[in-house]
Amino acid sequence: MARINSPEELEQFRQSLLSQRDPNKPLISICAGAGCLASGANEVMAAFKAEIEKQGLNAEVDAKGTGCPGFCERGPLLVIYPEEICYLQVKPEDVPEIVSQTIKEKKIVDRLLYVNPSTGEKATRESDIPFYKNQERNLIGVNIKIDPKSIDDYLAIGGYSALSKALFQMSPEEVLGEVKKSNLRGRGGGGFPAGRKWEGSRNAPEPIKYVIVNADEGDPGAFMDRALLEGNPHSILEGLIIGAYAIGAQEGYIYVRQEYPLAVININLAIKQAEEYGFLGKNILGSNFECKVLVHQGAGAFVCGESTALMTALEGRAGEPRPKYIRSNIVGLWGRPSVLNNVETWANVPLIINKGADWFTQYGTESSKGTKIFSLVGKITNTGLVEVPMGIPLKDIIYKIGGGIPGGKKFKAVQTGGPSGGCIPESLLNLEVGFDELTKAGSMMGSGGMIVMDEENCMVDVARYFLNFLTDESCGKCVPCREGIRQMLKILTNITQGKGREGDIELLETLSETAIEAALCALGKSAPNPFLSTLKYFREEYEAHIKEKRCPALSCKELIAYVIDPEKCQACMICQRKCPAQAIDGGKNRIHIVEQEKCTKCGTCFEVCPPRFGAVRKISGEPVPPPISEEARTIVRESKKK
Amino acid sequence: MSEILFEIDGKEVKATDGMTILEVARKAGIHIPTLCYDEKLEPYGACRLCIVEVESRGWTRLAVACVYPAEKNIIVRTRSEKVDRIRKTIIELLLAHAPDAFDLLDLAKEYGADRNRFEKEPSFCIHCGLCVRYCAEVKKKNAVGFVDRGTRREISFVPEIASKECWNCKECFPLCPTEALQAAYVLVEALAFPHTAFEK
Repeated sequence: MARINSPEELEQFRQSLLSQRDPNKPLISICAGAGCLASGANEVMAAFKAEIEKQGLNAEVDAKGTGCPGFCERGPLLVIYPEEICYLQVKPEDVPEIVSQTIKEKKIVDRLLYVNPSTGEKATRESDIPFYKNQERNLIGVNIKIDPKSIDDYLAIGGYSALSKALFQMSPEEVLGEVKKSNLRGRGGGGFPAGRKWEGSRNAPEPIKYVIVNADEGDPGAFMDRALLEGNPHSILEGLIIGAYAIGAQEGYIYVRQEYPLAVININLAIKQAEEYGFLGKNILGSNFECKVLVHQGAGAFVCGESTALMTALEGRAGEPRPKYIRSNIVGLWGRPSVLNNVETWANVPLIINKGADWFTQYGTESSKGTKIFSLVGKITNTGLVEVPMGIPLKDIIYKIGGGIPGGKKFKAVQTGGPSGGCIPESLLNLEVGFDELTKAGSMMGSGGMIVMDEENCMVDVARYFLNFLTDESCGKCVPCREGIRQMLKILTNITQGKGREGDIELLETLSETAIEAALCALGKSAPNPFLSTLKYFREEYEAHIKEKRCPALSCKELIAYVIDPEKCQACMICQRKCPAQAIDGGKNRIHIVEQEKCTKCGTCFEVCPPRFGAVRKISGEPVPPPISEEARTIVRESKKK
Repeated sequence: MSEILFEIDGKEVKATDGMTILEVARKAGIHIPTLCYDEKLEPYGACRLCIVEVESRGWTRLAVACVYPAEKNIIVRTRSEKVDRIRKTIIELLLAHAPDAFDLLDLAKEYGADRNRFEKEPSFCIHCGLCVRYCAEVKKKNAVGFVDRGTRREISFVPEIASKECWNCKECFPLCPTEALQAAYVLVEALAFPHTAFEK
């Protein structure tokens, strides 16, 4: 491929690409994101290749692996164009039928369609599925249309036109002005206005400046940046080059965690392709602007998502935060002005340049504009990535898009903002999603993790879980974080084990204050959030654990017991056989009893007891009823009486 | 160099560009407690004991004096109810590791800290990093460093370097606020080089 040397050449090349592509030729887009690959997308893809070959359709149909569209719950999934037919949970065995039916005969394979669980209705097209229908997929929507390994695919959907526009129709100040006007706020957690950050760097006197992509996504259960970087790497690269132009940088870094191997491959490939096409390097598109981009792989530390720790790690030292009374956009990487933005923030930049700030600000609330991708996980019917306009009520995300709580269970809370975010209770489900709105509710936007919890989740245990994560991930430099959250974890663990004492809540509050006020970086300052927000909304659970040694969610192992109701037990011996600890005493026609001293509280008996009996139950905070007498244990069956 | 005027505890103080609040306070004879600070070393900001209240344009916030740059017209308060409460908690957290360290016990007396507030895990080291940074910044030897992170973090001598350098130096010993370093060194020495240790 020869370099593209001007905006005109870029448009000519794009037109020639489009003219080679027949929009009516069937195209099978198979999600090749990490989620679908894990559930077998590679095998499905291989099956398509083989089947197309076998049926001699090589010239009539295209098949390609694409980025992740977000509906990970139902992977491997694919979309067949031009009809936009969406098949879910496709197995290699389904492939011959798809090829002969849908591709050749234009018939739908009914059983692979989405079925609405509440109405039983089937959805043929991707856009008819409620999970997608209620989203606003400005960023992630194109993922399924492009092969992330093909720069031509990105160009075909208008890629690098924003870069061309910025370089030839706008001054750096105008680019900056547009981003400022859009009020794009950082998608990585802080929510700092990107335009203001850029402006600070641009105005800093030091001539050498840097732009950096923070792709060190480390929140448990969050994978939106992975999907963007894996699925549409050029969009991030394009945003980064535009940012470099706006602030006057000539060097960019992509700090990506090593645990994202596919993202690392795809972004490296994208950089190589962009260099070949002349979107990177010297004299980009003949504009005299030059920029190079390098990839740095992180070594797996959560704290390196913190801006100063990330920069310290980029410099080749241990990833520890440094005090930041002077912002890193003024004194950052190697002491120079550095604009660090999250993957999703950068991905928004080409859209803002192409479509304008006014287009961007039509979505959102007063203070939070645009769309936001959330990774919706936990006790939710539709697990996956959802992109919604800011300002959407939480309950719409959980019910309309997420499909509610599975198994008829009751919603309890949604945890947002990653490990140092907070839990939002049912009473606040009408809350509009936005940076300030979530912070006011005691949680935060964070990078967009959203973990749904139901009635079986113990909120004290949830706080303990996140504190445990943070204790592990603290860098250990400052006392309030290293020592403070270590003690918080100890106290919370004691409470969940029934060893809570009067005064524990107050001590936790003191430690929280110390961490919030005195910790060095955002990790430590926000570490008490899981405790504080659960205390705020679920104080009664803390008190039940401490005062009554009772776990209201019946979840904390040390505080519960499994018992068999003698009235309901039919002596079917299922639980007795399945119990891995041989803790169930029973036998044919002998009502079963759980021997508490042997029980490991694994819950197997509870799960296997047939629902029509429902004889096993969990109790907490009350004594285990004494076993019934030997005589009363024998069941005399009606049928056997005669 | 321009002169920066501001106030600490009601006293007008003068600073030059690049000075921190702590440096200015020390020069003016105002005491702010520290554990990880040493004037020969780069400010580190880890123990957080030097936390103070900084009022700037009507806004009050907490900042650590050892890294906060002196600024025109700010008002610094080195003691307040909140500052004292946080210092007390920090001291109590550290006493769990070094319950008999003299420096900590003195601070505990001043701030009313309870030596037994948290369950003891005597590791002696409070991770101030003075030894690590002194060896790196002043001696430029890197014979002692941190290993691991978070609550598993420890100081450790690098045997290859320590066996050559430490014997005749030991300049980091007196810096250690809990005297843990000497104990660690003697222990490591005894385990790693039993013969030389006995010959001494």
